[in-house]
Amino acid sequence: MTTGGNLTAKDFRTDQEVRWCPGCGDYAILAAMQSFMPELGIERENTVFISGIGCAARFPYYMNTYGMHSIHGRAPAIATGLATTRPDLSVWVVTGDGDALSIGGNHLIHALRRNVNFKILLFNNRIYGLTKGQYSPTSEIGKVTKSTPMGSLDWPFNPISLAVGAEATFVARAIDTDKKGMTEVLRAAAEHRGSAFVEIFQNCPIFNDDAFDYVRDDKEGVNRIALRHGEPITWGKDGEKALRQRPDGTIEACNAGEDGVLVHDQTHAEPALAFALSRVTQATHGGTPVGIFRNVERPVYDDLMAEQLQAAEAKRGKGDLAELLHSGETWVVS
Amino acid sequence: MSSKPVEQLSQVIVRFAGDSGDGMQLTGSQFTSEAALLGNDISTLPDFPAEIRAPAGSLPGVSGFQLHFADHDILTPGDAPNVLVAMNPAALKTNLADLPNGGTLIVDADAFTERNLQKAGYAQSPLEDGSLDEYQVHAVPLTSLTVGALKEIEGVTPREAERSKNMFALGLMSWLYGRSIKPTIEFLEAKFGPKRPEIAAANIKALRAGYAFGETTESFAVTYEVKPAKLAPGTYRNITGNQALSLGLVAASRLSGLPLFLGAYPITPASSILEELAGYKHFGVRTFQAEDEIAAAGAAVGAAFGGALGVTTSAGPGVVLKAETVGLAITLELPLVICDIQRAGPSTGMPTKPEQGDLLMVLYGRNSESPVPVVAARSPSDCFHAAIEAVRIALKYRTPVYLLSDAYLANGSEPWLLPELETLPDLTPSFATEPNAGDEFLPYLRDEQTLARPWALPGTPGLEHRIGGLEKADRTGNISYDPENHDLMTRLRAQKVAGIAGDIPELEVDDVLVVGWGGTYGAITAAVQSCRRRGLAVAHAHLRYLNPLPRNTGDVLRRYEKVLIPEMNLGQLLQLVRSQFLVDAIGYNRVRGFPLRAAEVAEAAEALVDAE
Repeated sequence: MTTGGNLTAKDFRTDQEVRWCPGCGDYAILAAMQSFMPELGIERENTVFISGIGCAARFPYYMNTYGMHSIHGRAPAIATGLATTRPDLSVWVVTGDGDALSIGGNHLIHALRRNVNFKILLFNNRIYGLTKGQYSPTSEIGKVTKSTPMGSLDWPFNPISLAVGAEATFVARAIDTDKKGMTEVLRAAAEHRGSAFVEIFQNCPIFNDDAFDYVRDDKEGVNRIALRHGEPITWGKDGEKALRQRPDGTIEACNAGEDGVLVHDQTHAEPALAFALSRVTQATHGGTPVGIFRNVERPVYDDLMAEQLQAAEAKRGKGDLAELLHSGETWVVS
Repeated sequence: MSSKPVEQLSQVIVRFAGDSGDGMQLTGSQFTSEAALLGNDISTLPDFPAEIRAPAGSLPGVSGFQLHFADHDILTPGDAPNVLVAMNPAALKTNLADLPNGGTLIVDADAFTERNLQKAGYAQSPLEDGSLDEYQVHAVPLTSLTVGALKEIEGVTPREAERSKNMFALGLMSWLYGRSIKPTIEFLEAKFGPKRPEIAAANIKALRAGYAFGETTESFAVTYEVKPAKLAPGTYRNITGNQALSLGLVAASRLSGLPLFLGAYPITPASSILEELAGYKHFGVRTFQAEDEIAAAGAAVGAAFGGALGVTTSAGPGVVLKAETVGLAITLELPLVICDIQRAGPSTGMPTKPEQGDLLMVLYGRNSESPVPVVAARSPSDCFHAAIEAVRIALKYRTPVYLLSDAYLANGSEPWLLPELETLPDLTPSFATEPNAGDEFLPYLRDEQTLARPWALPGTPGLEHRIGGLEKADRTGNISYDPENHDLMTRLRAQKVAGIAGDIPELEVDDVLVVGWGGTYGAITAAVQSCRRRGLAVAHAHLRYLNPLPRNTGDVLRRYEKVLIPEMNLGQLLQLVRSQFLVDAIGYNRVRGFPLRAAEVAEAAEALVDAE
């Protein structure tokens, strides 16, 4: 039997051959996760990974914990049942952009609004990989793929905007190759009670290579805007660029020396600020925020349900089956 | 006590019909309580529109409640009423055809206004044109008598006074059949007393006024008595199918020691199970009203993975959405109970009306080879035992199980002989707690007898494992695309389900001719009894288990030259029987949105006997 305190990354590897394509961003995420898990101090048997369908969804098979590789888009629903009945477990959902935002969009937004106590890791590669290269709900408009030879017509989802719009209590973004940044985000997500939503930019070298090069290869921090709670939001080679809020609440880029540079507040009760930050993109602002957009406390669905059960038992006593069957109007035939 | 002569009857079928807003369901269910407490055997059939309030006075807005009560064991809510209470012209028009000539008709004369007659499509009042001469008509001004009786109660609006007319009607019917109105008074006090004591007072006064009216009016010369039925000794309560099913699930949770988790999405006629179970939090019951039918089933699977008793409830249009989750549960080999409260379809169909149209869907409505055990309840109270049996099979064999009920069983009611707790089965499952192959844990190493795989819960050290929808290697459960392995696993899953036939009772028959399943039990049993009373060699076998079928099903069927299969679909069991056993069975099929009538089944059986 293992104890959480003495585990290493190796303990979280399984004997299964990892079957992602060479160069897939999923390898880096898996490695970061396996290195990070021991830090949590949670026994392997008390950790569960649940996934849907897609390349990312193979993840549970490679984590030596309990796991379920389920059906397309449904992982948040399945995890809701597990987390609600087993508050003692650390439950992680691994999903992709098609799985979470297309076929499973409904489950995602409802899990987030309920604030069920599990962590959702959305591996966003902006393409359908396992079905070999159709456009996804996060593909840019006009994306030419096998299913859209003249370009895709649908406006893409911004996963952070969507999660904030569903009033998720924890919303963050990380990059597959940035192990340090991802670990920080995962750590905060694990510490958060309630739903934690983490979008991870993940490169698909086969069907959508280099989609995130502007931040993945951004060693000098020219394009990454690191969000740090309580600190002014600045970036650039020498920290010369900054963000500030316009009077209408939207956000614009400015020089770091100018007045009104926005100080990041991830705990802001209203989701409006996090939403405004989610609209900051490479194309519109010349930078891409990474880190924690929002981290607030709200009652957790599983806790509330457990409280109702306790309250009912306190008020009515532990249910008595014989009494229940004999409730209502009864009569005796002799 | 009535001073009028009392006539003895062995059974009566009463139908209350009125506008959706007239409180006919309440009136019917209270009359049922009165009959039940008197010791009659009872069977009820609520029949209401899907619309909450269709336009007042219109034909689609008519809501009905039929009650059959008797001094002997009865099985159905009755084919045709002896007494029809019609609260308005629309109710008369939609129900009169079912009332045999000579039947008793009680109408609210006040409701036969020109406007209401027009809405019901009557050119002239049937009360005046002689069209009702074949019936014993009692045209009672129910509304004005009620309003008159309530004049002195303060705080009750004229509209509220008028709405108490259903209680006046109930009072009159209670007098006519010698029922005590005491339970209804207690009910009204409990329902309205705390918040609107004046409404309670008004309803009680209307009830008493109706009772007194019967005694004094010239219109009714005699009263009737239906003596208590000779039922098996024990404690009884009146129960609907959905209540019984809910209690069965709570009982199964206790019997298994597993906390009950219900994932559900509101849908007629299954919603009342969700509502009922939401009231049992002190039994540790968790009810999750999901964002959709798919999530409801998914959450139940997730709960089952964690060691809870996972259940999802719905009707056909929701069950069809759960198919992929059932497929997952089949391959994960986790216990799950899916309750399908069948209603008329396809698509939205007739949400409040029963049908048996989902049998082939639950048997076959999934991709690939995906066998699922199917258990069908046959009467409202049987839903309790059927639910326990579905859970037993699910837990023992680690499989999803379909439990079939229908809108008739769900809303209909009958007296239920309360079971002694000691007679209920022990459902305690065995969880895997240690490696089962040396130091290793193999999640798909099967029990030799049941072929069930071990159930290892998250939180159990050393048994960490991954399961999923991809094909699994035998024993290890790892992903496998090996052709021979897939062939083996497909056969193992089929064998496991087929093997349940050794764990269910065989069909017990002396002389089979009529085979049914599910909610047609009452009609078929009554039909067969009537045939046998007339000396016809007709017998009845009723299938609780649709998959696997009892082991001796083929033997039993082949013993008979002629087999009749009545169903509320176009012949789904019929098709199964013919294809599986090469038996030349004949169907009797009606899909009208109400239960089969005993008389028509008897007629079909008799025709088959005659054909010999």
